[in-house]
Amino acid sequence: MGRTLAEKVWDDHVVRRAEGEPDLLFIDLHLLHEVTSPQAFDGLRMNGRRVRRTDLTIATEDHNTPTLDIDKPIADPVSRTQLETLRKNCAEFEVRLHPLGDIEQGVVHVVGPQLGLTQPGTTVVCGDSHTSTHGAFGALAFGIGTSQVEHVLATQTLPLAPFRTMAVTVDGELPDGVTAKDLILAVISRIGTGGGQGYVIEYRGSAIEKLSMESRMTVCNMSIEAGARAGMIAPDRTTFDYLEGRAHAPKGADWDAAVAYWKTLRTDDDAAFDHEVRIDAGELTPFVTWGTNPGQGAPLSASVPDPASYDDPSDRLAAEKALEYMGLTAGQPLREVAVDTVFVGSCTNGRIEDLRAAAAVVGGRKVADGVRMLVVPGSVRVALQAVEEGLDRVFTAAGAEWRHAGCSMCLGMNPDQLAPGERSASTSNRNFEGRQGKGGRTHLVSPQVAAATAVLGHLASPADLSDAPDASVLEEA
Amino acid sequence: MEAFTTHTGRAVPLRRSNVDTDQIIPAHWLKKVTRNGFEDGLFEAWRKDESFVLNAPQYAGATVLLAGSDFGTGSSREHAVWALQNYGFKTVISSRFADIFRGNSLKNGLLTVVLPQQTVEELWQLVEADPTAEITVDLVAREVRADRPQGPLTAPFELDDNARWRLLEGLDDISLTLANEPDIAAFESTRPSWKPSTAQV
Ligand code: SF4
Repeated sequence: MGRTLAEKVWDDHVVRRAEGEPDLLFIDLHLLHEVTSPQAFDGLRMNGRRVRRTDLTIATEDHNTPTLDIDKPIADPVSRTQLETLRKNCAEFEVRLHPLGDIEQGVVHVVGPQLGLTQPGTTVVCGDSHTSTHGAFGALAFGIGTSQVEHVLATQTLPLAPFRTMAVTVDGELPDGVTAKDLILAVISRIGTGGGQGYVIEYRGSAIEKLSMESRMTVCNMSIEAGARAGMIAPDRTTFDYLEGRAHAPKGADWDAAVAYWKTLRTDDDAAFDHEVRIDAGELTPFVTWGTNPGQGAPLSASVPDPASYDDPSDRLAAEKALEYMGLTAGQPLREVAVDTVFVGSCTNGRIEDLRAAAAVVGGRKVADGVRMLVVPGSVRVALQAVEEGLDRVFTAAGAEWRHAGCSMCLGMNPDQLAPGERSASTSNRNFEGRQGKGGRTHLVSPQVAAATAVLGHLASPADLSDAPDASVLEEA
Repeated sequence: MEAFTTHTGRAVPLRRSNVDTDQIIPAHWLKKVTRNGFEDGLFEAWRKDESFVLNAPQYAGATVLLAGSDFGTGSSREHAVWALQNYGFKTVISSRFADIFRGNSLKNGLLTVVLPQQTVEELWQLVEADPTAEITVDLVAREVRADRPQGPLTAPFELDDNARWRLLEGLDDISLTLANEPDIAAFESTRPSWKPSTAQV
């Protein structure tokens, strides 16, 4: 019988297979950041171990980094210690590091692909659950804990339990204004936050094939929000075109050999998935979350659901608690939910395409009074590209704040946070209680919905904007 | 790693599903660079609420966490496991755990036990009616046991032989893998030249 894409990549990385033991897999690329690595380096030091493959390891700073005044010492002493610890560890163990202020710095999952390090058919790990992002290239990529980070540093391998395979097939055309973010939010609300548990999801079908590389990353990024081990998309021309010419992409004869291999990375026609989900792209609409986990979402045109409508008692209780935390009432139209803050950024939607999409909506318009809009590019390279295209000016002219690259308000480890009770529309990936700041309330949205929400002050899509953009707004800037 | 063979202790009923690791340990605690000192961060936001079950005096000192389904979703932070251990939990029982959380817990000797939701419900009822009731999690026999007024409860659970052996012995995974160093070297020697490298270009 044929094999799925995930099974092929897995098989190609088995270092050791023995009866009654988990397979030992070779790891092609190990990404590090400041939050989940210090205890791992400590472990190496305590046991007198070294980093086995510094040439397959790379670090950046993202979670704690400020997005303002990055040339000044970091105000929070604890954040500063954590960044200094990473710098010290990388120097001692000879790991390549792109610290704050470096041109290659940025959110770890934005940096890997843009350097061309994330390639089809590779195994990629990072002490961060959104490592699933890299699956967009046909890589088997997953988040690991700190003990596993230490394990990979010391051995460049991981013993891994077998996985099950799930196909999420999306056929048809995404309607105008419906994005990869809406698609993945709809998938998660369909299968639930635990529905992907134990699975590697392969996204396929004509709607997925038509997505750009950046949109594919948005989709794979949120696989973990459905509980999946990883998400993958088979590499194709779009993938190869994105990679060609990037700093770490293969060159010359190596490129040809690589592409020949990459072309074999497709699920065989006679391969079977353990589970299949089908979605008609044509039926999707802008999608937003109303609750406190990414599975609690609904079309923007819908209303806040009534907890009593859930059959399952634990879903009902979860919905009740979510509405209480979010300060929403059942039956309230989602379009009427007013926000205080709009955040555009993160490893889900902080790439150039996302910034362009948001800029196209706010361009020539103004952010509503009383709303704060933060635009945080996913990496320094993304920021530079945006400046070259004049997007930063579009945002500032609209009254948004243009910031330096990092995770920022996605998780609020730096000063960018919601105050208790504040509500945001956010292009990030988690609406957990307190995720963006203690007591903060998060609605997950696409960049387009985020931008329209900023202009109108309540959850909205670009189609809700009745006024035409005004060119003079830009000229004033 | 701390070995786990069998543990008997009182239990806290946490009647919530989808408890993500941001709730178990909020992000601002993640700035610490050690593996200990996370006990005060455990469920920090919820503990501010006096009625939160962890604040109930009758459950003080409990070592078994009886959680709802989909426990440990979200962020991969191993700090969630350390916080539970630092606080004093030895084992967590749920009908479903998130993969990364489960992997992290087993690496640290925090036994995560999967039981049917119906059994979790029965255990909830037991410890809610009698907070002094003790639950035994026996990894040798792979079963959970409790004495109830209506008779003993015995629930078998699954854990693959390899993971069980590592826990019972408290083995260090890295040492086990390094014992297979020749396999790793052999794999590396056949790796194609065009595979990515982080060496500066
Ligand atoms: S942007 Fe958000 S989700 Fe992505 S790595 Fe940073 S904190 Fe994690």
